[in-house]
Amino acid sequence: MNLLVCISKTPETTAKINFTDGGKAFDSDGVNYIMNPYDEWYALVRAIELKEENGGEVTVFHVGEASSDIIIRKALSIGGDKAVRVNANPKDSFFVAKQIAEFCKANPQDVIFFGKETIDYNGAEVGSIVSEMLDIPFVSFASKLEKSGDVFTAERDIEGGVQRVQVNAPFAISSAKGLAEQRIPNMKSIMMSKRKPVDVVEPVDTDTKVEIVHYETPPEKSGVKLFEMDDMSTLVKILRDEEKVI
Amino acid sequence: MSVLVFAENLKGECKKGAFEALTYGKMMADKLGMTMSAVTIGVINNLDELASYGAEKIYQINAGDEVAFDSKQFAKAIADQCTSIGATIFVAAHTSQGKALAGRLSVRMDAGLVTGVNGLPQDGDAFVVRRSLFSGKALADYEVKSNNKVLTVIGNTVPPAKSGGSSEVVSSDIALSEASMTVLETRTVDGEVPLPEAEVVVSAGRGMKGPENWGIIEELAATMGATTACSRPVADADWRPHHEHVGQTGVAIRPNLYIAIGISGAIQHLAGVNNSKVIVVINKDPEAPFFKAADYGIVGDLFEVVPKLNEAFKEMMAS
Ligand SMILES: Cc1cc2nc3c(=O)[nH]c(=O)nc-3n(C[C@H](O)[C@H](O)[C@H](O)COP(=O)(O)OP(=O)(O)OC[C@H]3O[C@@H](n4cnc5c(N)ncnc54)[C@H](O)[C@@H]3O)c2cc1C
Ligand SMILES: Nc1ncnc2c1ncn2[C@@H]1O[C@H](COP(=O)(O)O)[C@@H](O)[C@H]1O
Repeated sequence: MNLLVCISKTPETTAKINFTDGGKAFDSDGVNYIMNPYDEWYALVRAIELKEENGGEVTVFHVGEASSDIIIRKALSIGGDKAVRVNANPKDSFFVAKQIAEFCKANPQDVIFFGKETIDYNGAEVGSIVSEMLDIPFVSFASKLEKSGDVFTAERDIEGGVQRVQVNAPFAISSAKGLAEQRIPNMKSIMMSKRKPVDVVEPVDTDTKVEIVHYETPPEKSGVKLFEMDDMSTLVKILRDEEKVI
Repeated sequence: MSVLVFAENLKGECKKGAFEALTYGKMMADKLGMTMSAVTIGVINNLDELASYGAEKIYQINAGDEVAFDSKQFAKAIADQCTSIGATIFVAAHTSQGKALAGRLSVRMDAGLVTGVNGLPQDGDAFVVRRSLFSGKALADYEVKSNNKVLTVIGNTVPPAKSGGSSEVVSSDIALSEASMTVLETRTVDGEVPLPEAEVVVSAGRGMKGPENWGIIEELAATMGATTACSRPVADADWRPHHEHVGQTGVAIRPNLYIAIGISGAIQHLAGVNNSKVIVVINKDPEAPFFKAADYGIVGDLFEVVPKLNEAFKEMMAS
């Protein structure tokens, strides 16, 4: 079974978000990058578990420059077998998706794993685009995935509930909380990961239909208004009459 | 040139997400001097209600009695519908269905894609829409340069607004292709407004000490008609069900009112709730980071404060 896990790089959650160049570019100065948590904790681990149960190979796929090697090594130390890096700055979702789809056309995969979304752009776009480029089913926001014989059963999150679906490979899946439990690599697996192959390939170009023209940080809250606990009726009145939220 | 909005349904019911998407689509069409139509797939039980949100026409794609969402099957049918009526802008809600569809449609329509937009296109010649990034820590303006455009609109961007008129309901001649997966079962939490749709959310964290103390939270939520939520450690410890977990790794919400009780306000928690319109924080620690993100706060023991707040709401409701 060929399992592909698409991983992305994002600023860690506590990073200060600033922009330079009059709001034209993200200021990456002093920002620490991590593997997108949905990709690391859920997509990658579930793919590794499926391989452990059924045999096969887990390929880690990343579109990014050489500075991403550290997250690729991490993915290999968690248990990916090999990695492919497309050597390019990921300019938009469509560009990233195109690289993934082209790779899968040349190297057919049974299951293509994505994270639910990246925690920087929160787009949830790439998985859906790749699925259409490859004309395969897309199990979105999955919190469970089991294989029995040739059939996969998954649970996907919907508003206020879950839906159980049955699907055949090849398909794409985006991974949400519940799909797997985070794995922490140990010293041995970190050492072993250094010997795993990382292929670096050049990108296929795409046209750009969407461009970010301006960034800004939202206005700060004007400050909290504190109330004594014996004054709840005043707070309730404000929520009703001034804020009009109840 | 027109706007086509996907009116999503679950088991035949169109809900807030669909009404918001229609309202947004109508406002955008008015602004751009276009018309707005809607498309539905499967039997809709509350079609009359849907028809009051300003769509010129509602195209109903027939799918037999039982049809469940399938992004591959739906995207093809909707793209065909767009082509057949000459729609150049497609809008869906930023929900599980909308997100799964949007990327696929952008490929089919050769369209620029922006998901999770939170406002109408800005004035000027270029088509520019805004959305938030970094879980609310930044805003970005996206210019869509292609003629065809696919957008998903995030919850609470516009309040659902009826138009007064009633849409013409047309049975579409687009046929649905075969499904790409089988939906075996749909389980939803009955009788409660799902978190992503809730207007008022009462949320509690580790300050509650244990699951046995949640009675006061449920009472407050019941008084206010609110949906309950919790912080991640609370769900991880199985004090509360996982679907209640809000934050970066859980559900992201944008209610009108978020009441945070015994939650410290860690950045990862804030990431899922800081787009709420009004935030009220109850915490015994005046230094809790949540107060910095709050509009109103009460410094005190939640076991004393929550019952008092509940009484005050009850009195207000009664008067
Ligand atoms: C990558 C990553 C992702 C994460 N994702 C999420 C996420 O999605 N959602 C999330 O919630 N967390 C998330 N976390 C965890 C987050 O960092 C915090 O640990 C968590 O939010 C803390 O939960 P809490 O506020 O309930 O508990 P605590 O931090 O323990 O805070 C409890 C609060 O209750 C107050 N308190 C105690 N007793 C009382 C009382 N009697 N009366 C009033 N107040 C009282 C305390 O003063 C304290 O402020 C994530 C962490 C990481 C690293
Ligand atoms: N640069 C990238 N390289 C490889 N995979 C990516 C990249 N960016 C995004 N992805 C994948 O697409 C998912 C969704 O990303 P997004 O559409 O940006 O929210 C991520 O969780 C990853 O699995």
